[in-house]
Amino acid sequence: MNDNSSKSNDYVSKLIEGKKRIDGRAFNEHRQPIEITYNVSNKAEGSARVKIGDTEVIAGVKMDVGTPYPDTMDQGNLITNAELLPLSSPMFLPGPPDAQSVELARIVDRGIRESGMIDMKKLCIREGELVWNILLDIYTINDDGNLIDAAALAAVAALRVAVLPKLEGDKVQFGEFTKTKVPLKLLPITCTIFKIGQHLVVDANRQEEEAVDSRLSVAISEHGQIHAMQKGGSVGFSIEEVDQAITLAKKVSEQFRKELTK
Amino acid sequence: MTYSKRFDGRKFDEVRELEAKVGIIKRAAGSAMFRMGKTVAIAAVYGPRELFPSFLQNPKKGRLKCIYDLLSFSVTERKRPGPSRRSTEISMVTVDALEPVLDLSKFAYTGLDIYIYITQADAGTRTAGINAAALALADAGIPMKDLISSVAVGKIGDKICVDLTKEEEDFEEGATDLPVAMGTRTGQVTLLQMDGNMSQEEIKEALKMAKKACEKIKEVQVKALKDKYRGTTK
Repeated sequence: MNDNSSKSNDYVSKLIEGKKRIDGRAFNEHRQPIEITYNVSNKAEGSARVKIGDTEVIAGVKMDVGTPYPDTMDQGNLITNAELLPLSSPMFLPGPPDAQSVELARIVDRGIRESGMIDMKKLCIREGELVWNILLDIYTINDDGNLIDAAALAAVAALRVAVLPKLEGDKVQFGEFTKTKVPLKLLPITCTIFKIGQHLVVDANRQEEEAVDSRLSVAISEHGQIHAMQKGGSVGFSIEEVDQAITLAKKVSEQFRKELTK
Repeated sequence: MTYSKRFDGRKFDEVRELEAKVGIIKRAAGSAMFRMGKTVAIAAVYGPRELFPSFLQNPKKGRLKCIYDLLSFSVTERKRPGPSRRSTEISMVTVDALEPVLDLSKFAYTGLDIYIYITQADAGTRTAGINAAALALADAGIPMKDLISSVAVGKIGDKICVDLTKEEEDFEEGATDLPVAMGTRTGQVTLLQMDGNMSQEEIKEALKMAKKACEKIKEVQVKALKDKYRGTTK
């Protein structure tokens, strides 16, 4: 992710002007292959590794119980956290979460939360007293661009296979899993559209991100509904461009979804 | 109390199934995965690069820094993200385990960063981390006098065992744990920690077993390095 939008890759910009991409893809073409591996960490209630080209992200779900929030007494909770590990890029430094990792977590969280992906009411154990908390943690392993889409895909993939741990006398028996899956209603896919000059491209790689002016991330359900958006970068989108971006995001999100459900 | 047969059927001096892979993180100067049974560590090396704050810069040699951490979901009960006192200490002893075999004299004023993350934990995470980090350093082309291999030896009941699992560590009132790292060519022990209860004789025996296990680990490490440069790593 490149949020300062100081264009630092003129070569990529010039290529894009000439309708070419640095790795030869079409503007609406994501990298191949997309690899999704489930249950990559056996202590997690659910986990997944997603690779889009050379970009790699791991997401994991741990479950716990707690008291509900006053405004959602009959619902479980989702707590999403993302870390841009210094292991994944020379640009990421150790330390408390910076704005970029907080934004990443929040984009992923909103796509899941606002789409109603998780049936939060089914995660209520006793109304007003005890509910399940889903702790969703995302870690970057290799940043070769477009971490947002990879992170969102890994998060949804981890939730798809997540199961509830055993509960005994209101205490979670950590390490003992039931066969009950985390109740899901639909699968939101987040697709980010990158604006370089006057052009829109999907799944920018790292070199392209250096030339990106702005980006728009769109979370889309299988019904084609849009549940969350986030614009980043210092250049604006015209209304027409927003519409084009959503059209493009819808198309590509279907391809991501196919990888997820195959 | 006696521990006559290991839970997973291994011999007392037998390490768990080992797997190593070099060059797993393209963005890094060097990287590796090392698996010991169900414990999985990944490591990446960045640098030599500019070192801040500048008062840490050493005109005689580069400075080795390490961050070791567990992914939150790698353990049974979620670990709060961010450094803990435990991970801070392990980061420090990992530097001390690796630095003795490095020649950083050519990298004056710079910093060399090692990042180690445990993606799945089943005891022995620091040793798996060191094994991965040693490979990542070699992959990054840092001059090394020896490879570092690491294993934990423990006492369960009255038996000395190598490479304990979490189940073994938690057996009865808890095992004695003695993690070791060594350069097997030079025979230098570069990491040595211990907690529990052992006699001098037992420590001698434990170190002998550790050396044997480290030799086995080194074979796997060397093979993984060769595989990458032969181009047989996928």
